[in-house]
Amino acid sequence: MARYVLIESRDPFESNDVRYFYELAASLARAENDVTLFLVQNGVLAARAGEQAPSFAELGQAGVRVLADDFSLRERGITATRLSDGVKASGVEAIVDRLGTGAHALWH
Amino acid sequence: MADSDTPATITFVLNDPPYENARSTTAFRLIDTAIRRGFNVNVFAYEGAVALPFARQAPHANAVHGRDVASEDHPNTKDWIAALLAEAAERQVKLDWVNCGLCVDERGVAEAIPGTRRGSPADLAKFSEASRSTLVIPTR
Repeated sequence: MARYVLIESRDPFESNDVRYFYELAASLARAENDVTLFLVQNGVLAARAGEQAPSFAELGQAGVRVLADDFSLRERGITATRLSDGVKASGVEAIVDRLGTGAHALWH
Repeated sequence: MADSDTPATITFVLNDPPYENARSTTAFRLIDTAIRRGFNVNVFAYEGAVALPFARQAPHANAVHGRDVASEDHPNTKDWIAALLAEAAERQVKLDWVNCGLCVDERGVAEAIPGTRRGSPADLAKFSEASRSTLVIPTR
């Protein structure tokens, strides 16, 4: 099982590519890889509960761990209590620790 | 990927010029966190990112808001990099910051702060081979 950390910095409403990145995460997880999707910068806007974004709960069912950067959330006035199901707030330590254990990293 | 390096090394590849995108701030946060968690860190800066440690950066006043240089306290990326180098030295881990020489020459930013060095894409290949992971942060 390979480890992946996919870092999404864009809002799906500003870039259609974002949904493909989510799908990549799901596909990697379905192929029995350990996958973390880390939302950062405007990427965290999709994590707000009620947003018409692709379902993070579905990504979770595929086996993707979805995290949202706590710093980016604070910058945008989004509290952890307003996050969609399946998304947890996290520091960038989650990225660094995965890089430190040899995870493959992709930034979008 | 290296399996026996102690402490482990992480390489970051930066592309963005200073003062233009949140990616630079995120990159600094990642580098800072890696140092604080005891990792050796390599940085390969190319294209506009070679201006991040440019030594002639200067803080400025803000006439619109009536603030002088001191009260404006404008952050310069060269100072953040100096702080990262100091943090690494204090924690006895390595921060090896390489600026792509061709990119430096194109932009006339050869005067980089002490602790950074000039290199080439060959350094990036060496960095990647010696690292547990490499994260490329592109401009697009």
